[in-house]
Amino acid sequence: MSSELDALVGRKWKKPPFIKRTWLRWTLGLGFVAYLIAAFITIDVNWSRVYEGLDRGAAFILAFTSPDFISRATDIRDGILESIIMTVAASVVGIAISIPIGLGAARNIAPLPVYLVCRGIVAISRALQEIIVAILLVAIFGFGPLAGFLTLSFATIGFLSKLLAEDIESMDRVQAEAIKASGARWLQWINYGVQPQVMPRLVGLSMYRIDINFRESAILGLVGAGGIGATLNTAFDRYEYDTAAAILIIIILIVMALEYLSGIIRAKVQ
Amino acid sequence: MPVLEKNGLKVWQRRTQGESLMRWAAWLTGTAVFVYCWQQISESTTWFFVWDAPRIAEDIWSRATPPRWEYITQLGRPIWDTLNIATLGTLIALCLAVPVAFLAARNTTPSATFIRPIALLIIVSTRSINSLIWALLLIAVIGPGVLAGVVAIAIRSIGFCAKLIYEAIEEIDHTQVEAITATGASRWQVMAYGIVPQIAPAFAGVAVFRWDINIRESTVLGLVGAGGIGLQLSSSLNVLAWPQVSLILLVILAAVVLSEWVSAKVREAII
Repeated sequence: MSSELDALVGRKWKKPPFIKRTWLRWTLGLGFVAYLIAAFITIDVNWSRVYEGLDRGAAFILAFTSPDFISRATDIRDGILESIIMTVAASVVGIAISIPIGLGAARNIAPLPVYLVCRGIVAISRALQEIIVAILLVAIFGFGPLAGFLTLSFATIGFLSKLLAEDIESMDRVQAEAIKASGARWLQWINYGVQPQVMPRLVGLSMYRIDINFRESAILGLVGAGGIGATLNTAFDRYEYDTAAAILIIIILIVMALEYLSGIIRAKVQ
Repeated sequence: MPVLEKNGLKVWQRRTQGESLMRWAAWLTGTAVFVYCWQQISESTTWFFVWDAPRIAEDIWSRATPPRWEYITQLGRPIWDTLNIATLGTLIALCLAVPVAFLAARNTTPSATFIRPIALLIIVSTRSINSLIWALLLIAVIGPGVLAGVVAIAIRSIGFCAKLIYEAIEEIDHTQVEAITATGASRWQVMAYGIVPQIAPAFAGVAVFRWDINIRESTVLGLVGAGGIGLQLSSSLNVLAWPQVSLILLVILAAVVLSEWVSAKVREAII
């Protein structure tokens, strides 16, 4: 038996700590606790208001047991339809635009100037929040689903291009080289050497993005950019919890259906 | 590989005729749906405003620049609130997500037929509803303010965190769990020494990742009255104080970039 093991025999085993240096462990821990205390102190909570609200909270939860799909049926139908329409149109346009930008943002197939421009577009699109973009676009293009459609398309570009570019960058070079060696032109090279490698992932990501776009389209109405959000906001404002519950149930069901559908499509493509 | 006979010559084709017909039909349907959607959007758009858009954009730009820099002194507290909403919200969400994740994972759930579907329902429903909608709802219930923001972010994050954690739990190495069980450990000891160490890196990664997302989301919660810097944004927008709006947007952008940097560094250090 080695001497190291001898020294350990007979002693009770203790789990090694996550951070080895004692002083660092304590400083981080104490600093975090201090921050938490500071954060708690600075939240002003009007506890009596919270207490009054508990009844309303209970009413809302109860509303889920008796959702009201009927009294605002036309509003709900129009809103959901508008959300779906915005989602479909924005996803199609966004995916179509993000493919060339994704190609441009992949360092292994794009020249440096194109790469920088495309990465810039991706960075801007990712840094700006959907709802902030929507506010600006509503100010510029007026109220209605057009602003929502543009917002979602813009957000789709940043998301898809970035992930597509990363996928292209990590592709297998050998296959692409083989196509090039057969004398293929650039477009043929992309079509037969690159596209088949990234296609399954592109389909999967697009499905995921459609899912996100639908969820986002539900809030764009809050700032006047069309969709179910406006109806939902009105329902909350009027304390019509049963209508709000109905809308939320519809949103959850559609998201679940999309998730299920994307599972089927992804299984088929791969 | 389908091969077609043409004038006695064999021609290679990528797909059979039936397949390509199906594809063609799918593309046609897709295009028709898109055209219909576009037509609907077009109908509910006031095109007069759209043609005017370049002029309006230029107008807004000229009003918004230069940003009103001295306004930044009033943004300290809102930024602090935003940070608190994101951090406290993430912490609460993680505390709630861990039990949900253990109930949802196939290998740790007490009952796959009864409890697992409930856990999955919690995951889907909290994830599918945006934090702004949760905030809207909570403001109606507990009143406007930072607390509503914290709770909204917390509820919204449960599904995301629980989903990623339960996937990590399902992917653990079973031999380690068996080894701990073989020593005669109790159920809780198996959990603490067999499962938790294996998912700890994933857990930390999820926590930081979600914190980063929550910083983004908490910057706009104020638009519906749930505290943070969004409150300043909406009040500036309401009075059309564009120089303030542009400054706030710059501050939000800086916060988002900074949080992304911090989370990338922390993730590098942990994993």
